[in-house]
Amino acid sequence: MGRIRELVRGLRTSRNGGMSGFFRFVGLFGLAFGVFAVVLLIFGKNPLKAYADIFSSTLGSAYGFSEVLVKMIPLILTAVAVAVPSRIWLINVGGEGQLYVGALFATWGALTCSNLPAWILLPWMFLLGFIGGGLWASISGVLRAKGWASETISTLLLNYVAILLVNFFVFGPWKDSESANYPQTAAFVHAAILPAFGGTRLHLGFAFAFLALILFHFVLSRTRWGLEIRAIGGNAEAARRNGIPTTRYIVLLMFIGGGVAGLAGMSEVSGIQGQLRPSLSPGYGFAGFLISWMAGGNPLGIAAAAFLLAIIASGGDILQMAHGLPGSVVNILMALILFVVLARRGWKVGGK
Amino acid sequence: MIGSFWAGLLSGSVHAGTPLLYATLGEAIEERAGIVNLGLEGVMLMGAVVGFSTTVQTGNAAVGVLAAALTGGVFNLIFGFLVITRQANQLASGLALMFCGVGLSALVGAPYIGSRIKGLNEVRIPLLSDLPLVGATFFHYDILVYLVVPLSILVWWVLFYTRWGLILRAVGENPTAAFAAGKDPHRVQYQALFIAGMLGGIAGAHLSLALAKTWAEWMTAGRGFIAVALVIFSKWHPLRAIAGALLFGGAIAFQLQMQARGVPVSPFLLDMLPYLLSLAVLAVWGGARRHAAPASLGRVFQGTE
Repeated sequence: MGRIRELVRGLRTSRNGGMSGFFRFVGLFGLAFGVFAVVLLIFGKNPLKAYADIFSSTLGSAYGFSEVLVKMIPLILTAVAVAVPSRIWLINVGGEGQLYVGALFATWGALTCSNLPAWILLPWMFLLGFIGGGLWASISGVLRAKGWASETISTLLLNYVAILLVNFFVFGPWKDSESANYPQTAAFVHAAILPAFGGTRLHLGFAFAFLALILFHFVLSRTRWGLEIRAIGGNAEAARRNGIPTTRYIVLLMFIGGGVAGLAGMSEVSGIQGQLRPSLSPGYGFAGFLISWMAGGNPLGIAAAAFLLAIIASGGDILQMAHGLPGSVVNILMALILFVVLARRGWKVGGK
Repeated sequence: MIGSFWAGLLSGSVHAGTPLLYATLGEAIEERAGIVNLGLEGVMLMGAVVGFSTTVQTGNAAVGVLAAALTGGVFNLIFGFLVITRQANQLASGLALMFCGVGLSALVGAPYIGSRIKGLNEVRIPLLSDLPLVGATFFHYDILVYLVVPLSILVWWVLFYTRWGLILRAVGENPTAAFAAGKDPHRVQYQALFIAGMLGGIAGAHLSLALAKTWAEWMTAGRGFIAVALVIFSKWHPLRAIAGALLFGGAIAFQLQMQARGVPVSPFLLDMLPYLLSLAVLAVWGGARRHAAPASLGRVFQGTE
């Protein structure tokens, strides 16, 4: 049970440990990067050059840095989507599917209400994205609340259904007749595009992501809701006997979590793509799960881990373009980082 | 007489159900030993890519299957190190293994995209395959298809009628008691994970060598997770898993038959069938079957120190 609590405690001890804790932290990540370097070497790539390229293409220029921030948006949102239900020990591994359905709903808004002004259309798409992702996650919430199926496996399976659903619309009813063979919807009207800052791709979705983090923190620590959620998280049976409607909270927290992931989908179609395509996400939803897990559901930790993984994800693009490696190679680096975090003693878990 | 639709559906179910059954048997062994492995998807991918690339290099699919089995077993030991020795969270470790498999298989497989192989040979069974009507439908499979049902029976026998199986199930139910009885839970769990990894590797190899005869990134498309659902459906029992795998193979085959016949339904909607069927099956039977799960499933045995 005490998975996340243990994790947070683990982080705290390493902070109290001062410099030695810090060095251990750096050493762990160094180990992951070292093993990945060996993997690259085995496959005939120069790891030093690869790391130098990743560094210079992300943190080496203002534009590169803005691209890292762009990637942080879906990562933070999908991580919050995992962190919210994890407060009552629900394991949401469906961020990817919820992101897709959120994008689908938002796209529906953009395509059907294209004559609305931006100040109505964008909030409408925002709402649709939230509802879409939320409803998708609620399926798993209901299945869990009724005791029918574990939310872990149902959210995993629904990812695939969601991606197929988007494919169905993009290849079928919503396919843009102008774009010959490309499976994509018509380009959104200008009013359906989230404004970006300066000459970068960094769009308003960045504000959604940080708002989500702040709200997540505030609601949990300062409201009656948060108190009840913490009570369920502490001891579900005791909470239930004290009149807290635990089953309702299961569905509600899955809805909110899924809704936040849906916002990631909305902000991707509206802020980045400007239309709906099948290749909407390179696995942001799964990465979000890792981020939330590594951060122990802590808002600051989520921002930090999302920053790290955003650098790695941007690095994937450069490895693909400049080094001829498949883009999903960065999954290895992500997995290695998670392996060292998991293998660290002291974070062991008693129960599920 | 068997109409060609039904014949195609049935033989397709057997084909598509075979890798699911290998994977399900592996997951059932792991879960009987008290360990949930969501990384099966990654293990299958590693099996698929190593089986395929080895076959391209050696020209021998049997060597490919063997290499896939060994790779799957060894790859699964990474997961074993995390959840057994380091006592890490099983769900997170499984997902991390899946990520590792996705990335590593993409890296290994990149040079082999577009390569062509002959794949696993059809094995004709004398007499039976010459039977009119049914012969051509049911007795023209590759060797892995013929082996999977006897293997299920073997796994059932080993789990329920051998000493090793008894110890393994005892560890899954109550590792502390098994430890007190002088058994080493960790050793049995490592053995179970290695065998399960081998079965997952074979499952992946069957996908790439017999079904697709090609390699594509993330070609398992969630079959590893479907296998986890199948274990629940089959109540952690190897023989019931046969029926489950046929049913799920049927969902995949149905979609292929519809597409082959040009039925005007979007292939994407038909592709959803296996996942939706998994969910429906879980919802109908999952809750009621929880009592059948090994009692210590997902818990960590912390030893006596």
